[in-house]
Amino acid sequence: MNDALDVALRLLIVFVVFLTFPLIVGQAEHKVMAHMQGRLGPMYAGGFHGWAQLVADGVKFAQKEDIVPAGADRRIFQLAPAVALLPYLLVLLAIPIGPGEGAVGEVVDAGVFFVLAVMGVGVLGSLMAGWASANKFSLLGGLRTAAQLLAYELPMLLTAASVAMAAGTVSLPGIVDAFEWWWLPWQIVGAIVFFTAGLAELQRPPFDMPVADSEIIFGAYTEYTGLRFALFLLAEYAGIVVLCGLTTVLFLGGWHGPWGADGLGWVWTLLKSAVLAFVVIWLRVTYPRLREDQLQKLSWTLLVPLSLAQIALTGVVKVVIS
Amino acid sequence: MILAQAPHGFLSPTGVEIAFLLVGLVTFGAALVSVTTKQLVHAALWLVVTLGGLAVEYLLLTAEFIAWVQVLIYVGSVVVLLLFGLMLTRAPIGRSPDADSANRWAALTVAVAAATALVWVVVDAFRATWIDLDGPAAGSTEATGASLFQNWVLPFEALSVLLLAALVGAIVLSRKAKAERSSPSLNSRDTDESSPSVPDARKNPAEQEGAR
Repeated sequence: MNDALDVALRLLIVFVVFLTFPLIVGQAEHKVMAHMQGRLGPMYAGGFHGWAQLVADGVKFAQKEDIVPAGADRRIFQLAPAVALLPYLLVLLAIPIGPGEGAVGEVVDAGVFFVLAVMGVGVLGSLMAGWASANKFSLLGGLRTAAQLLAYELPMLLTAASVAMAAGTVSLPGIVDAFEWWWLPWQIVGAIVFFTAGLAELQRPPFDMPVADSEIIFGAYTEYTGLRFALFLLAEYAGIVVLCGLTTVLFLGGWHGPWGADGLGWVWTLLKSAVLAFVVIWLRVTYPRLREDQLQKLSWTLLVPLSLAQIALTGVVKVVIS
Repeated sequence: MILAQAPHGFLSPTGVEIAFLLVGLVTFGAALVSVTTKQLVHAALWLVVTLGGLAVEYLLLTAEFIAWVQVLIYVGSVVVLLLFGLMLTRAPIGRSPDADSANRWAALTVAVAAATALVWVVVDAFRATWIDLDGPAAGSTEATGASLFQNWVLPFEALSVLLLAALVGAIVLSRKAKAERSSPSLNSRDTDESSPSVPDARKNPAEQEGAR
């Protein structure tokens, strides 16, 4: 009974995190973007600096009519948002935020593979949406999504494999346990490649070619309305949370930091993730969108060779120090 | 499982065994639908269910690493490649009656023969092998890695050489197709075009597969 209670509690906590953190990132994006562009952003909803703006947006989305285009493949059209969103919930289960058994939803033996595998499934949601909408812009968006995933999945995997090699384990808590401060310069190339590839997989600017509004309206999500559209947006922000958490755990040492061992490790994890989330927003405001061919070129001619070089470096250092 | 000895009878199955059977039935059903459905993209999506079901089966047999790799490679990459190829060529919504192959009976015969051979071999090889689900995981990453790189390293390397050959072949084919087109004309377009050659090469097989 105690076990069941424990599991239920963990699931509940992860679920609450899943529902709140993306909203916090979304609100931060509103405000940070606004200030970087010399405006204020939402100020009225909720009173204090418009903190309730996203809640209001959610209510607005829930009120809107849920439309399925006449020519669409109904069932797949309706299923797609769930396929896009749920994988991030599963990934969140496996990300450890502090040392010990108590600070992770569920210890997964092959954690690195689990998170990357499940994140890849989320993209299927965009593909399904793009195809089932019976709209050529949606189809183009779906195509671009697929091309982008194929290009960026590889460097992401390779750099994650580099960290796993360094730590000698593929379990996420195991990797953070093995972390030393000098891993940071050692794995820095891998970290940058992983983060960049992750951004591309989430279709965040400057890699938001699949939803380029000036060319294909909103890509795979063009035909969506109401709650289903909101679910896709939520998936994007949940993806940011997951990507920042993963980068923190794999490359930035997770809970390691001053006083991290004294039960304050989770503060470090959250802090590092928050800084990374800020960088994600910052990049959106700073860089223009890449063209499709530039996007492919960046992956195949820069990120893949860099990640291979990182693996070679990891292997050499690993052999030398052992 | 049916040819069980006395200590492992099948008359009082455990929960895991029942789950294994149920997931197996779902996987089998999804596989059947994916080859019989008239809707091309639905077939690819049912394939996702099939491959995902297989991953769950691996999980139930404690082979966690294999399960996640199954999801990563097959659901995350192969099916995406397939869908990409389908969308690039044609992916009509609704039925495509012309997508039927004329040699379906030959295909059925080959499939049944291959399945029989595989099931026969596997049953024959492992009929007396039992996985202890309660003990340490027999398929953990560590155990898989150790057996792969100690006992099976030669086949592993042979397979990687095969994959490398396929990769080089794909690059050569795509380069040849480009050289046969007109030579690069005015400005620096050739540098732009050289980059997508690799994804191009990789999508070609899926395209043909999708066109069938």
